[in-house]
Amino acid sequence: MFEATSDTPLALPAAKANTKRMVYRRESWTAMLMSAPALAGLLLFVVLPFVMAAVFSLTDQRLLSPNPTEFVGLRNYERLLAMTVVKIAPERDDAGAIGRDDDGQPVYPRLRVLERKNQDLRGYKEIASRDIAGHRYLLAAKDPVFWRALANIALFALLVVPLQCGLALATALLINQKLRGITFFRTVFFSPVVISMVVISIVWSLFYDRQFGLVNQLLAAVSFGHIAPIDWLGDPGIAMLAIVIMSAWQGMGFQMVIFLAGLQSIPGELYEAACLDGANAWQRFIHVTLPGLRNTMIFILTATTMQAFALFTQIDVMTQGGPDDATVTVMYHAVHHGFHRQNIAYGSTITVVFFLFILGIAFVQRRLIAGKRQ
Amino acid sequence: MSTLLLRHRRRFAQSISYALLLLFALIFLLPTLFMLVSSFKETTAIFSDLRSWRAFLPVGVVTFDNYAYVFERGNFQRYLVNSIVITSITVVSSIVVNSMAAYALARLRWRGQTQVFAFVIAILIIPFEAIAIPLLMLVSQFPGVDFGFSGVHLSASMFNTYTVQILPFVANAFTIFLFFQFFRDLPVELDEAARLDGATPFQIYWKIVLPLSKPVIATVAILQFLAMWNQYLWPIMVVQSGSVRPLMPGIQEFFNRSPAWGQIMAYASLVTLPVLAIFVAFQRWFVQSVASSGVKG
Repeated sequence: MFEATSDTPLALPAAKANTKRMVYRRESWTAMLMSAPALAGLLLFVVLPFVMAAVFSLTDQRLLSPNPTEFVGLRNYERLLAMTVVKIAPERDDAGAIGRDDDGQPVYPRLRVLERKNQDLRGYKEIASRDIAGHRYLLAAKDPVFWRALANIALFALLVVPLQCGLALATALLINQKLRGITFFRTVFFSPVVISMVVISIVWSLFYDRQFGLVNQLLAAVSFGHIAPIDWLGDPGIAMLAIVIMSAWQGMGFQMVIFLAGLQSIPGELYEAACLDGANAWQRFIHVTLPGLRNTMIFILTATTMQAFALFTQIDVMTQGGPDDATVTVMYHAVHHGFHRQNIAYGSTITVVFFLFILGIAFVQRRLIAGKRQ
Repeated sequence: MSTLLLRHRRRFAQSISYALLLLFALIFLLPTLFMLVSSFKETTAIFSDLRSWRAFLPVGVVTFDNYAYVFERGNFQRYLVNSIVITSITVVSSIVVNSMAAYALARLRWRGQTQVFAFVIAILIIPFEAIAIPLLMLVSQFPGVDFGFSGVHLSASMFNTYTVQILPFVANAFTIFLFFQFFRDLPVELDEAARLDGATPFQIYWKIVLPLSKPVIATVAILQFLAMWNQYLWPIMVVQSGSVRPLMPGIQEFFNRSPAWGQIMAYASLVTLPVLAIFVAFQRWFVQSVASSGVKG
């Protein structure tokens, strides 16, 4: 009996631990079963293709091909990224005199001609050239369209991010006031976000028409006919700007709402204190609003930049990369090779490089946010 | 006197605000209005009206011919049904699958939990564009299993099926993350009380946690609905047949072959109106869900 009583306090925790462990094990099973469908989906449709992209980029994989796939090393990357500057001497006749054309300018041999003599130049195409001090310097790449796409997308991001985020902040500030009818305005400003980009691209194609388009009509009206009609989608120097304006118009509402949430999270006391200190509206904006929006701003800027890098739909619907490759983007290039030409390997290679850019932006974002904590 | 001055200044500031609000309202409203109005005009009338404010007004001959043409020749009904099937199935299954995983991660204790969570967070960074091309290759290797109104059937390949347009988008790391944040902030006492009553973890999830999660479910449903309804890149690659093509590639195809702007605007209006109607009806929820998608990281 005595032993029994002395036993119980010892036995009880053991039994408790036992049931606890049993509960834990049962919970483990439930947890794994519950997360299994999502994990399977993520592994199969995100991780696996992600790994496949890296693997395919080292092969000559095609979508449908009778030939077996072969490992080709870094050849795809070489084709994608190879770039060189060629120094070309002017052509000389048999007497050694520099050949000149009708205008008296030196004549340079074409890249195609040099290619025959120099095997290293095989597959290169000209991007740009400049004549300096009696020689021609020629910038050439194996895939000039890819470099064009990179430049285009950088230009697009550089223009669309400030425009879109600036519009978003301006409208968010307007909406963040206690005025009648604010809900109506918020709904209107946000409405393009829910409209498909395909639909908007189609409708705006008409707006941008050189002859009949609303945009030119509007410009002519406000300038009393002084602004000549612009060929918005047909002029290589302007087409990207046209897409920038439309994209900012469509997407702005999204960032506006996020800015609005950021504005409303700034404590009202800060504004009251600033008012007591005699700060005017502009000073309150600079010293209270902007610092209060810092993290929101970083999130919005980086997220919008990432979105800008993935530009595809507008291009596919409106310009198909034209005119003269002025609106080719990285994703458009990837789909062109990977899907239309069924060259999965090359499309994957472009995709891998695209992802590295996204990773770079995410890294900058993290550094910026970490910078504040210090 | 100074209060009078102050009131004047405030009124002045207010009228400036309203002027700006109206200006922006015009900018964001007119293109959509133009689309709707033009869909009721003949193509020649659209072009002649473009020179004035008539472009935004339903003036002149109002015609329904454009709509009739789209219904007869645009394959609109088929594409609409396809879009509804694809979007609704993806949204519903995405809510169930991802909330289950998030519940396990947020409220249960199990081995591997931290690693799985880290995995989900790591995957957040991969945009769909970065995997679209290899995914195309991957699904080309899958057997073609599809379903329709006539039941389940097999086909030669995964291309041109509903399945290939749904399956890749059900599991979603960001959706898991949104659910996780919400579940994590629910009080612990909730689970403990139910557990004392003998409820299993799954019962707690299904009967207690999910019914409390309407705000986050609405958020996820809206974001996923917008993404799926407006999808373009994926369907143009995996769907070549009209029988399962959704609306966005559908209108693009119509745009490419139809030269008549009146019909194009009618098609665009038909594609847009259902979404706009849903948006106006639930606009508060839309705004809230977008706002909550921003508090990330």
